[in-house]
Amino acid sequence: MESAIEVEGLVKHFAQVHAVDGVSFDVAPGTVFGLLGPNGSGKTTIVRILSTILRPDAGSARVLGRDVVHRADEVRYLIGLAGQFAAIDPNLTGAENLRLTGRLAQLPGKVARTRAYDLLDRFELRDAADRPTRTYSGGMRRRLDVAAALVQRPPVVFLDEPTTGLDLHSRNELWDMIRELVADGATVLLTTQYLEEADRLADRVVVMSEGRVIASDTPAALKSQLGNTVLEISLNNEAEAVLAARLLAEATGITADREGTVVRLSSADGTRVLLETVRSLNENDVAPATLTVREPSLDDVFLALTGKHTTADETDTGTSAGRSRR
Amino acid sequence: MSLGTAGLGARVVPHPYRLTRPFRDSLSAGSRNLIAYWRVPSLLVFSTIQPIIFVLMFRYVFGGVVGLAGLIPYPYVDYLMPGIFVQTTVFGAIGTSIGLATDLQSGLLERFRSLPMSRSAVLAGRTLADLVRNVFVAALMVGMGFAVGFRIRAGVPGLIAAMLLVLFFGYALSWVFASVGLMTGDPETAQAAAFPVMAPLVFASSAFVPVTAMPGWLQAFAAHQPVSVTVTAVRALCVGGPTATSVLEAIAWSIGILVVFGPLAVLRYRRAA
Repeated sequence: MESAIEVEGLVKHFAQVHAVDGVSFDVAPGTVFGLLGPNGSGKTTIVRILSTILRPDAGSARVLGRDVVHRADEVRYLIGLAGQFAAIDPNLTGAENLRLTGRLAQLPGKVARTRAYDLLDRFELRDAADRPTRTYSGGMRRRLDVAAALVQRPPVVFLDEPTTGLDLHSRNELWDMIRELVADGATVLLTTQYLEEADRLADRVVVMSEGRVIASDTPAALKSQLGNTVLEISLNNEAEAVLAARLLAEATGITADREGTVVRLSSADGTRVLLETVRSLNENDVAPATLTVREPSLDDVFLALTGKHTTADETDTGTSAGRSRR
Repeated sequence: MSLGTAGLGARVVPHPYRLTRPFRDSLSAGSRNLIAYWRVPSLLVFSTIQPIIFVLMFRYVFGGVVGLAGLIPYPYVDYLMPGIFVQTTVFGAIGTSIGLATDLQSGLLERFRSLPMSRSAVLAGRTLADLVRNVFVAALMVGMGFAVGFRIRAGVPGLIAAMLLVLFFGYALSWVFASVGLMTGDPETAQAAAFPVMAPLVFASSAFVPVTAMPGWLQAFAAHQPVSVTVTAVRALCVGGPTATSVLEAIAWSIGILVVFGPLAVLRYRRAA
């Protein structure tokens, strides 16, 4: 079956920044595709090109076989977009916002109305349906925005950091809905800064840095590349950290990364490594200041793939403002 | 109910009402702006409170001096009100700049541009809503004029023709200020950018005082710029006398503005992001 989304050699430059610098990927229909990367890595620019808002400088993109530049109007019938900021009219009520979106998506008035109230129910906004959305909380606005993206039942849905600013409950609800969308046959492309989110939802993940794809894989493969557990030990001084890194490499057989007074180990077998670490440090009378066990984050992925932290990445390129709204 | 798709590609079929799409989309988009005026009356401050203050100020504070100068052969209030009608629409059009810049900043325009709607509908709807607002404001200003002593000297048909001319000029200006709003991209800058466009047009004009009272170098601009030309035509329709030339000039200005700024604004809308 043909791809739902095809991106080939996409390039987009802003003033001095290469927002997107030769990106290619394919998204199979009926799957969730994750674009993972820090601010300023080009995720949003790709979403805006795919949703016909921006024209690429070079390369091409197709949604369900239709070129997003040359057949933009057809593409618009097929997509739903929830951007990074809730794009809703603060002076309209929740119901009015959804009906307006439905009418502008060329649904007949009655269908737009029914669909609006169905979605308000589903997104737990029925009680607030007739209130101007400027009275909504941030989470409610975000939910309404995602609902607006689904008004026309688009077969392809773009969600740009959909769970940013959502509480835990709303986030889990939204994750369930994304799974349901896909079960109904839709294709979802979502951007995120959270490895966990990509891991929970996406069938495939592309990791982006400075406008380029630096990894493309299933979340499971990506995680196995860096281990399921990260062990972070901070020592009292650098000399101790150097010693600890050497001891731990010998004891666990894993290369320990040292940065200043912090030593970091990634492993698929967290429990064993933790025990070995504690035993080895204890035997050699090295007392760590802190010891943390956690799941790998986007930052760990970055460190593994590029040898750089995501935050350093941002300040280096000066694109932390990301999203360059222009 | 299901959240998702009605099947892949189910709605690719071109909509049967494609030809009427620009009109329906403009009405949908415009109704959104009218609802905003209804729910947030403070949006009308520019187009109501300010002109009322201007009427009172010019009628009672400056009016005496201008009248004394002997440049106007009839009561100053009858000279002033046509100027106020036009000035009101110019000030009101700033709302178009601010509104569009706000929509641009909030990301609302991005959503609209991702929808299969007409590319000109957001602007057509916005300017249509502003036209409706101007009808309301014009009626308010006529009432205000009568309250401070304004009299129609050339009959009701003249006043109606004058109002139509004011509304047409206001509509053309909406497209100018729509372009300004889309070029700036945030409401504060839009307001700041709109003022220098607006101020010389309103004050270096025949709206409040005859241009013959201005220095020569300013007269050349003041006599021929669109606000003065429109005010002259509106005044002629209100106080009587020959109207044909001035009305045609005024209509030509408005058409010219529309021809230039209509496509320019739509182009900005398509590019704005």
